[in-house]
Amino acid sequence: MTSKVRAMFGMPKRLNRSFTVSFMLFALLAVFGSFMVLPLIYAVNNAFKPLDELFIFPPRFWVNNPTTENFADLINLMGNSWVPLSRYIANTLLITLVGTAGHILLASAAAYPLAKYRFPGSKILFTIVILSLMFSPHVTAIPNYMVMSWLGWINTHASIIVPSLAFSLGLFLMKQFMEQIPDALLEAAKIDGANEYRIFWSIVMPNVKPAWLTLMILQFPALWGTDGGSFIYSENLKTLHYALSQIVQGGIARAGVGAAVALLLMIVPITLFVISQSSVMQTMATSGMKE
Amino acid sequence: MQAKTSKTAAAPVMHTREVGWWSLLKRNLYLSRHYYVLMAPFMLIFFMFTVIPVGISLGLSFFHFNMLELPRFVGWQNYSRLFLNDDVFLIALKNTLLFAVITGPVSYIACFLFAWIINELSPKVRAVMTLVFYAPSISGNVFFIWLIIFSGDSYGYMNGFLMRLGVILEPIQWLANEKYVLGIVILVQLWLSLGTSFLAFIAGLQTIDRSLVEAGTVDGIKNRWQELWYITLPSMRPQLMFGAVMQITASFAVAEISIALAGFPSVNYAAHTVVTHLMDFGTIRFEMGYASAIATVLFALMLGTNVFTQKMLRKIGE
Repeated sequence: MTSKVRAMFGMPKRLNRSFTVSFMLFALLAVFGSFMVLPLIYAVNNAFKPLDELFIFPPRFWVNNPTTENFADLINLMGNSWVPLSRYIANTLLITLVGTAGHILLASAAAYPLAKYRFPGSKILFTIVILSLMFSPHVTAIPNYMVMSWLGWINTHASIIVPSLAFSLGLFLMKQFMEQIPDALLEAAKIDGANEYRIFWSIVMPNVKPAWLTLMILQFPALWGTDGGSFIYSENLKTLHYALSQIVQGGIARAGVGAAVALLLMIVPITLFVISQSSVMQTMATSGMKE
Repeated sequence: MQAKTSKTAAAPVMHTREVGWWSLLKRNLYLSRHYYVLMAPFMLIFFMFTVIPVGISLGLSFFHFNMLELPRFVGWQNYSRLFLNDDVFLIALKNTLLFAVITGPVSYIACFLFAWIINELSPKVRAVMTLVFYAPSISGNVFFIWLIIFSGDSYGYMNGFLMRLGVILEPIQWLANEKYVLGIVILVQLWLSLGTSFLAFIAGLQTIDRSLVEAGTVDGIKNRWQELWYITLPSMRPQLMFGAVMQITASFAVAEISIALAGFPSVNYAAHTVVTHLMDFGTIRFEMGYASAIATVLFALMLGTNVFTQKMLRKIGE
């Protein structure tokens, strides 16, 4: 009887498991799982609600008559604005794609020597990377602004892209993952006459593809959601997120469009995670810190 | 790797016995030149936008600097003003410590607890549940949904719900009331906090050697709690360390959520944090020296808590 119930809940048979405790733990999981997922389901529902349903009292969770009106309104609204929507999309895509691809390349190149060799300074560099995991970017916000203005990068996309290339969490995860590559593979390549750059590019890089996806899933949402911070002022350089947050601030009159925007913003990173989940898990298994 | 190190170490020794450490280092640097080239782009940017700014910030905290005049050395004055003359900073510090004490451990334990329960499920269900718990933290700025839920009029879901139940008669201004606002920010912060460390825990649990568990059963482990303490937790120590670093850092850096939900500044500074205080002085008042002192205090807090927590985690399973 209990084994059937277990199978129903998707629980494989394990040793030392009391059914009552299992049941209570899964109930706990269900309660908190709903707490996590309900706001997101609500966001999806809201995006398809016609205006009269958005303002119904008492408020309702589910949509009754789904409509795509909100999305049509969004496109109309953006079409009439001073800077076209395509411009915001292009800006965001530029920042996200260059930032993510560049980060994967630079972090992998830096992680390979740190993971596989010992050389003067390697230990101290890695310690600095670990230490930098321990503080938030807010600590460096002010000097960063000064550095940017010395470089003349204020109001350019470089001010968002370049710092994101050297994101220390990415280097850390990549280094941990690369340590699993067998040394024999690298030595075989060396005997065949490949130099370090060749080994990195043709042997190490293809072997760490799961970790690429992990770095992507960490970097992509951050850049996708950037509003330009304190660096970008020109309207035609601003990002999609900034444009959309302006709409949301439009308040009640634009509640429907705002709901559509919320859906658009969340759907992209979530879809990306669904696609890359198994590779991400593979990298995360090596994410530990050694003592 | 072994072959490489023995080569670099052995090569100079073969020359003469009296080579000093300096020529040894030079030889080592020369042999490792390709590694430095590979690391150069990342490290250049990393030092320029992370390491050096931290140094500048530490230095600037002893100066009076408003971006217009040259910095003027003031010694410890910024720090004494911070702790003795700035009531708002003390509120911010209190709130930040409250965040750190509540959201830090709660989200850390939640990350582990849910990862641990999810790990018992079959692979397909596990994938779905992972998504359910991880999605809020990557769904970007969707936390403005909570603005609708806690909206101050009767269209707000919380108000609508409580009014229908008859608990309250009039809508409550959730986000403009000192009594509720900090609690709501904490709630939303918890909702968002199952991120990288949660994934690391799930992945770590899956790599635990099953034979270790079986051996434990033979040795007399009777229930899942004993298995958790004597086998699971010690095997996951590296992931637990990593998760602690990520959760502590996040819980000290709460700012965007506070600003988005409670406004900037929040009612009577009820949801003011060290980071919002830093933003206030850094980006609005342009008192860079003072803002740097705030940043330094924040840095010291994060580092201190991390070192302390790592010491505690070493005791697991003993």
